[in-house]
Amino acid sequence: MSTNRGFVVERWTRLSIASSIAAVALLVVLALAPLLFAANIVDSLTTLFIYLILSVMWNALAGYAGLVSVGQQAFFGLGAYFAIQFSYYGISVYPALLLGAVAAGLLSLPISMLMLRLRSGEFAIGMWVVAELAHLLVALDPLINGETGVSMIALNAISPDDRRAYNYWMALVAMVGLLAVVFALLRGRLGAAVQAIRDDEDAAQSVGVRVLAGKRTIFLLAAFGCALAGSLWLGTSITFQPRTYFGIQWTAYMIFMVLVGGLGTFEGPILGGVIFFLIEYLFGETGVWYLVGLGAAAIVFALFLPRGLWGTIEERFGIRILPVGYSLRMFRSDFPPGGGAAAPDPQPSIKPGVAANESKAPPPVELG
Amino acid sequence: MIWVTQLLNGVLLGGYYALLACGLSFMFGVMRIINLAHGDFAILSACLVFLIANTTDISPFIALVVVLPLMALIGWGLQRWMLERSLRAGMLVPLLTTFGLAIVIENGLFEYFGADTRSLAPYIGDFAYDSWAITGNVYIGYLAALIFALAVVLLGGLKLFLTYTSLGRAIRATAEDSDTAALVGINARAVYGIAAAIAVATAGLAGVFLAMRAVFTPYSGPEQLIFAFEAVVIGGIGSLSGTLVGGIVLGVAQTFGAQINPQGFLITGHVVFLVVLAGRLALTGLRGRGGIQGLLARQP
Repeated sequence: MSTNRGFVVERWTRLSIASSIAAVALLVVLALAPLLFAANIVDSLTTLFIYLILSVMWNALAGYAGLVSVGQQAFFGLGAYFAIQFSYYGISVYPALLLGAVAAGLLSLPISMLMLRLRSGEFAIGMWVVAELAHLLVALDPLINGETGVSMIALNAISPDDRRAYNYWMALVAMVGLLAVVFALLRGRLGAAVQAIRDDEDAAQSVGVRVLAGKRTIFLLAAFGCALAGSLWLGTSITFQPRTYFGIQWTAYMIFMVLVGGLGTFEGPILGGVIFFLIEYLFGETGVWYLVGLGAAAIVFALFLPRGLWGTIEERFGIRILPVGYSLRMFRSDFPPGGGAAAPDPQPSIKPGVAANESKAPPPVELG
Repeated sequence: MIWVTQLLNGVLLGGYYALLACGLSFMFGVMRIINLAHGDFAILSACLVFLIANTTDISPFIALVVVLPLMALIGWGLQRWMLERSLRAGMLVPLLTTFGLAIVIENGLFEYFGADTRSLAPYIGDFAYDSWAITGNVYIGYLAALIFALAVVLLGGLKLFLTYTSLGRAIRATAEDSDTAALVGINARAVYGIAAAIAVATAGLAGVFLAMRAVFTPYSGPEQLIFAFEAVVIGGIGSLSGTLVGGIVLGVAQTFGAQINPQGFLITGHVVFLVVLAGRLALTGLRGRGGIQGLLARQP
């Protein structure tokens, strides 16, 4: 450092440490919720967690790997469908729900082999075709009774109170677990790799990022996550109707949550999920106008606030709640404080304090 | 004999798919945008014609004279106010905005027209079901034949337009490289506006014929988008003559599928689409997707 100004790369800011502690405290409270809160609050929170799973999964696909899918309802429906199958063949309820999601996740591997070769718009509609086909094939299964659907009868054997608590805990564990996985992946090499792919696939490939492997990891994760959301939804609603589970509205919800919260940010989809949950609670009764509003909001956000509410807040104030990226902090001494490594070649265009990982593609790394 | 009839029906249905897919293919070729609201524009146009036919005595064919320019205008506005901004924000944003638009159109139509299944067939009289008898029990419907002929004329006309007119050359130049086209004095903004107008107007035309030969609801749009997309991909993306072939393959697959099983109509169509896709990727990898620039940009 020849000048007396430089940058340190930091991951943990004071705010992100404080908020991480707060997140852990919140989790403890949430874990005890079925013992503390009224039944309708517990049910609402379960629904919220399922929305958050969907939102975070869709963001991992579109915001990080650049894969805009309008067919994630394929996995939502298949997760629930396989859970019914497992339950029908005698596996007890909650393991069946989990296994259903695992089975749908495994099925996504052969699907990925075809779909990931398509680019942007073709991938989007290709996934939609997959969802339609899954819907039609599931409805052919005599077990499902066509569009009439079927109930997961084994769920009725559990008392409503117990069922509520189990659903809640399973949804909570699923949400926290999936968030943790996404968090870990995005902090690691894969996070840098897939963002490089999203920003410029050919350039990423040329510097040695294994494009297909990176996309596939995210695709499988998102398929499993959406399938788990579907089987959890089955756990709360008991009935399975193909039209509902394979409906395009799930994609509309996911796009809305992610766009409003902040595409390509870690915290954004969580914020978007909470907002969607509140909007549904307030306006869900208005039916069709509510859907028109969701679509219109998605357009407005995509055009005018492409980084969503969270991305905008983050950009303006330079705050980071969770340490998922790196920040560059400017300092004014000859040596970096605390022995921290100085950024090797700070880009002059990067403003101090602004997260480096979303506004600019990080240096692509080879995937391990 | 039933198979001959089905084959014929499938080919004629393919004409409808080609008509439907033409605008989708064209817009993708010129602007690299897959318009996820394509099917909903078709249904919007059908609803408008239905509104005119239902409230006045005007024939749907004459109503088209009013509705098609309106659809073209909508397409132009779509480009000016939505797609242009979306395109600047990256490759993924047009998908998000057109998906949002699809949700708005579908549900807006539902709010206005309700969930009823409708058809324009009652408004075109005998034409909806009259047919030529080819042999004792093989018939060709007037309407199906008209749609097929229209698809051929439209696709052929579009190709001639792109090849031989100066506006067509400007469109191809812009599709190839809009920056360079701008350097030689082509107004890329106007070209995109015209391309979007053509695409949405042809979608509207297809929607009206859908409404004449079958039934529709406000939520029929997504299915039409998927059919159009399948026809485009089967025929080779961006290739206008390929679109006709793709439509026919899809139509024949669907009618044969329906002959095997009542549910088979949709399933067979989707399966054929996926098989063609897998086959093409296996044979040629990513580079073989050529068609995009193919007929639009390359000198034929």
